[in-house]
Amino acid sequence: MSEFKELTWQGLWNNNPALVQLLGLCPLLAVTTTAINGLGLGIATLLVLVGSNVTVSLVRNFVPNEIRIPIFVMVIAAFVTIVQLVMNAYTYELYLALGIFIPLIVTNCAIIGRAEAYASKNPVKESAYDGFIMGVGFALVLVFLGGMREIIGSGSLFSGADLLLGAWAANMKIQLFTPEQPFLLAILPPGAFIGMGLIIALKNIMDTRMARWFAPQKEKVVARARVTTEAS
Amino acid sequence: MQFSLSSSPHNRVRRDTGQVMRMVGYACIPGVLAQTWFFGWGTIIQIALAMITAVVTEATILELRKKNVSRGIRDYSAVVTALLLGICLPPLAPWWLVVIGTFFSIAIVKQLYGGLGFNMFNPAMTGYVVLLISFPISMSAWLPVQSMAQTSFGFFDALSMIFTGFTQTGYNLAQLQLGIDGITQATPLDAVRTGLLSGMTYSETLSASIFSSDWGWSYGWSSVALAYLLGGLVLLQQRIINWQMPISMLFGVILTAGFLSMLSPDQTGSITYHLLSGAVMFGAFFIVTDPVSGSTTDKGRIIFGLLIGFWTVIIRTYGGYPDAVAFAVVIMNIAVPLIDYYTQPRVYGHKS
Repeated sequence: MSEFKELTWQGLWNNNPALVQLLGLCPLLAVTTTAINGLGLGIATLLVLVGSNVTVSLVRNFVPNEIRIPIFVMVIAAFVTIVQLVMNAYTYELYLALGIFIPLIVTNCAIIGRAEAYASKNPVKESAYDGFIMGVGFALVLVFLGGMREIIGSGSLFSGADLLLGAWAANMKIQLFTPEQPFLLAILPPGAFIGMGLIIALKNIMDTRMARWFAPQKEKVVARARVTTEAS
Repeated sequence: MQFSLSSSPHNRVRRDTGQVMRMVGYACIPGVLAQTWFFGWGTIIQIALAMITAVVTEATILELRKKNVSRGIRDYSAVVTALLLGICLPPLAPWWLVVIGTFFSIAIVKQLYGGLGFNMFNPAMTGYVVLLISFPISMSAWLPVQSMAQTSFGFFDALSMIFTGFTQTGYNLAQLQLGIDGITQATPLDAVRTGLLSGMTYSETLSASIFSSDWGWSYGWSSVALAYLLGGLVLLQQRIINWQMPISMLFGVILTAGFLSMLSPDQTGSITYHLLSGAVMFGAFFIVTDPVSGSTTDKGRIIFGLLIGFWTVIIRTYGGYPDAVAFAVVIMNIAVPLIDYYTQPRVYGHKS
């Protein structure tokens, strides 16, 4: 059980794919103009990550070591195609909004990174959980960054929720304030870089605070000055 | 006869950062006065707002970073950044614009990189670029020169315009922009750009617009530029700034504008037009000379200045924005580490 606890902690915080490993930055920065866009891509990535981790873990003993990377990529590409077709069928408008970034999940290094680093060495159950929790960690950052940029940029939150969740969710949009003109910088790509930097800084601050909080009280060690040289 | 011997440095005037920054501020006065004369009280109000925001932001962040707040404020660097940003903004831009821009300049561009002396980018210009790409409508809302405007307005009109969007008599910005011949107009750079896009030649555009007055073109704008030139020359004479960067930037503008206007005189402005319009004079003496974000070697400074001049004219002529000094400065700030690396002076006694 402690393996799962460790995996949870690693995926959500300590080794978060977006905040610490800094993997998959291209879709992360390009797509997160709104919280819902971020959530959509986050869920797509999550599904691909779980599927590929399970498959890679299943075949890990049959794959020759020399050609494992192409095989992993093919597995991932198959799952991305599935997700892409499903989104095309059921959430067509979100599919249009995310555009090229759905097929580009294939190139998301976070996925091949987990396949290589974890799933190819561990049994199915753990691999599936690892993929799930890494995907959740990634999706949370996407939603957070998307929400931040949406609020600063246009003062609203969860706009376009109906694209992902169906018509009932159109009411989810919260207009926090109405700016005279939208703050374009937050919506344009530079805003994504700045926002990402701020989130990473925030995480680092919290880490140092926590480390100080939980740090064991050091016993005072009396340093002894050595007057003679060490016998050799 | 007695020689008094002492080791170097022999320059006995020691200036601390605060004095240098205050001198830069004083040197801006002629330009600011000219700008106020031609474009109304707005500029002064913008500068005041920017300064208040800058000091508050700087103090808050220094406090958060557990640094010495009063020393940080007293070096006047935040005030000068605010002054430079306030000068660049359109006089009647809404108050939140200048507050957002100054906050970004001080908090993100300057303090997050480590405070005074550590910022990679010029704070005032980066703040300006942020505002320009975020709020293009408000940032291009310049008024015609006061004496030509149909409706004149005073200090309190400007104040209420900035805070509420209307003058005391109830005019809004679009109505104020209406010039003598009934066209809404911004800067000569804007006018020329629009004119060229609609197929007129450069000289036609200038003579057709309200800028054609006693001095041929743009009487207000060139006067403001000359006022900044005056302040800049004082700074040069006082050795607050060194000559390499401003001179080479102006030279870069002259070379590029000269070359382009030789190629296609109908499509590009003349050399004097490029030198005396927009932010070139102000930029050359007050922006490019930032000691922190600019190049630090003598040769590097010349390259830095030349390329800023080059980019300014290139972006003005071919780019999407009418003026380009801020973009040119930010682009060249990125190149500074490279320039410094290749222009390191030879250390005495070492082979190059």
